[in-house]
Amino acid sequence: MIYLEVKPEEFKSTCLKLHKELHSPVMMLFVDDERIEQGGYFIYCAFLSFKEQQWSWVKTRLPADNPVFDSIAKEIYSANLFEREIKEMFGLEPLGNPDNRRLRLHDEVWPEGHFPLRKDFSGANAGGRVGEYSAGQVFGEGIFEVPVGPVHAGIIGPGHFCFSVAGEPIIKLSTRFGFTHRGIEKLLENKLPDEGVALAERVSGDSSLAQAQAFCRAIENISKLIVPERALYLRAIFLELERMYNHISSIGGMAIDVGFSFPAALCSIIKEALQALNDRLVGSRFLKGAVAIGGCRDIKEGDKKLIIDSLAIIMADFSEVRKMLLTSVSFMDRVDTTGRLSLENAENLGVLGMAGRASGLAVDLRDNIYPYSAAGFKMMVRNEGDVLARLIIRLDEFEESGRLIQELLDKLPKGETMSQPGKYSQGSGLGAVEGARGPVLYWARLNNEGRIVRCKIVDPSFRNWTGLSLAVLENIVPDFPVCNKSFDLSYAGNDL
Amino acid sequence: MTMLSHILKNRLKKGLVTRPIASQEIDSLGQELNRTINKIFKRSLHIREVDTGSCGACESEIIAATNPIYDLQRFGISFVASPRHADALLVTGPVSKNMVLALKKTYEAMPEPKFVITLGDCALDGGVFKGSYYVENGVSSVLPVSLHIPGCPPTPLEIIKRLLAFL
Repeated sequence: MIYLEVKPEEFKSTCLKLHKELHSPVMMLFVDDERIEQGGYFIYCAFLSFKEQQWSWVKTRLPADNPVFDSIAKEIYSANLFEREIKEMFGLEPLGNPDNRRLRLHDEVWPEGHFPLRKDFSGANAGGRVGEYSAGQVFGEGIFEVPVGPVHAGIIGPGHFCFSVAGEPIIKLSTRFGFTHRGIEKLLENKLPDEGVALAERVSGDSSLAQAQAFCRAIENISKLIVPERALYLRAIFLELERMYNHISSIGGMAIDVGFSFPAALCSIIKEALQALNDRLVGSRFLKGAVAIGGCRDIKEGDKKLIIDSLAIIMADFSEVRKMLLTSVSFMDRVDTTGRLSLENAENLGVLGMAGRASGLAVDLRDNIYPYSAAGFKMMVRNEGDVLARLIIRLDEFEESGRLIQELLDKLPKGETMSQPGKYSQGSGLGAVEGARGPVLYWARLNNEGRIVRCKIVDPSFRNWTGLSLAVLENIVPDFPVCNKSFDLSYAGNDL
Repeated sequence: MTMLSHILKNRLKKGLVTRPIASQEIDSLGQELNRTINKIFKRSLHIREVDTGSCGACESEIIAATNPIYDLQRFGISFVASPRHADALLVTGPVSKNMVLALKKTYEAMPEPKFVITLGDCALDGGVFKGSYYVENGVSSVLPVSLHIPGCPPTPLEIIKRLLAFL
């Protein structure tokens, strides 16, 4: 962890330099309101050198009476959404960023001049202004718009998509999110860390384990809590179980979105088997309550055998799914070369996680990290960047997760699964976990009473939705569902 | 092996996966409305689902209730793509301010007779998100609610039992 505290006027140049040297997108960019303690706002920007898994932070203090900073979004596009977020949540102006639309606090329902993440925010009366949200229009002969959402046809989260099409091909896709915004970062303020776990688990329900684990890591890093060996192994096992049920759900979704229902049904049987296994292991189909600050739940006597026996059945079904999908000519025709995201675009947008790996971006937070290193973790990377590549990444990662679980169970150390309870110390820290979609990042700061003062959450969906917007270009509208499912991003995680 | 024989082989090997749900498992809830629905909807219920800010776990479990193991459709309940085809609105989430209008419009688009079911703890009163600056603390502050299915999230079996008790 490298921290660089710079003057406000050096903020931009330092960020640009790190971005260039580390080949890293903006991993996190956020503000912490320390006007009471330090008389100003602090702005943090994080980069990650992927090979060494080394984090570099740029930090600067903005005076309370003139809280503006130089936008870096024109040079580093992956900073754009973060800057818009800072502007709407704190009212700090990113000088030079041309996009000043709000992300989550929709103009129609939220009045001007109320910034929820400021410490002196005391609520806003309902209001807002009547007006059309500008999605950026495409003009020309024969071009028309297809608006979809926020309420969709399926059983899925809400989001608004506006396709500009010329005939069938998509020329532009504008997205608008925020429909599931619940204000979780604000809700976490003043909470004790142990109370925060339940909220973290509900940021995005299908990655509740990764979310809770990243949150716990942040708190453990601040308080220098040592997590016992056995808990590290079990956490990794739980994380892989979560990845497996998510991946198989997305694989089934891709099959159903091109009308191939039999493998989709088999996928839902596998998902059910995995969730039933989760339920038997920790009493929650979504692994809620599995991790706690300082460790995790232990598994019972005989659970080792239960996991191995369940995985044997799951893997047998899975190999049938794999065979069925990859040998079906009509299915392959729909996914091969569809929805391509180039490596260049993925890098510029800051797309990470499995979607990035399908476009040749070899980044995985599990790489070289204990206990994964002890289990011989193998990163899956492909270069095509299309729906098929994302499908194969999911298939390969599903198999690898199954293998990792067996390997970790084999090597599972004996002992405690919770650290000695200690006091939470003052300070800040980061928790980073590779969830099923990509890196789940939590940065937290605790005060001298051990309460949360600020917690910044970045779900991988927040960075990857823009990847979908580019991947669908020049594809036909009927292929949008399968493109969307190949990314399978979370609305709730994006909207927080 | 050709695709079709592959599917056939798998189908036979796998056999029937659907789990029987015994009638004694189903509690009798909401007797009053039960009769109305029986009379009006003739034991066939079409549901439109709306997410107003759930974390996605409820959606996952509703979808699971339609998988081959739970097979909700065998009880005459199905999920439809449009509110125009729906008898009931199934709402999850604590109602984010951004979803109030969309939720109302979806309800208005439904033909009469219609009713609202809420699913998940946060749809009841906001749950863990209660008191946030951006949620309406539950669906009942926006629409009249006839049935609530508790849980965070409720399991597929629980969802089916509660719905059947209602029919």
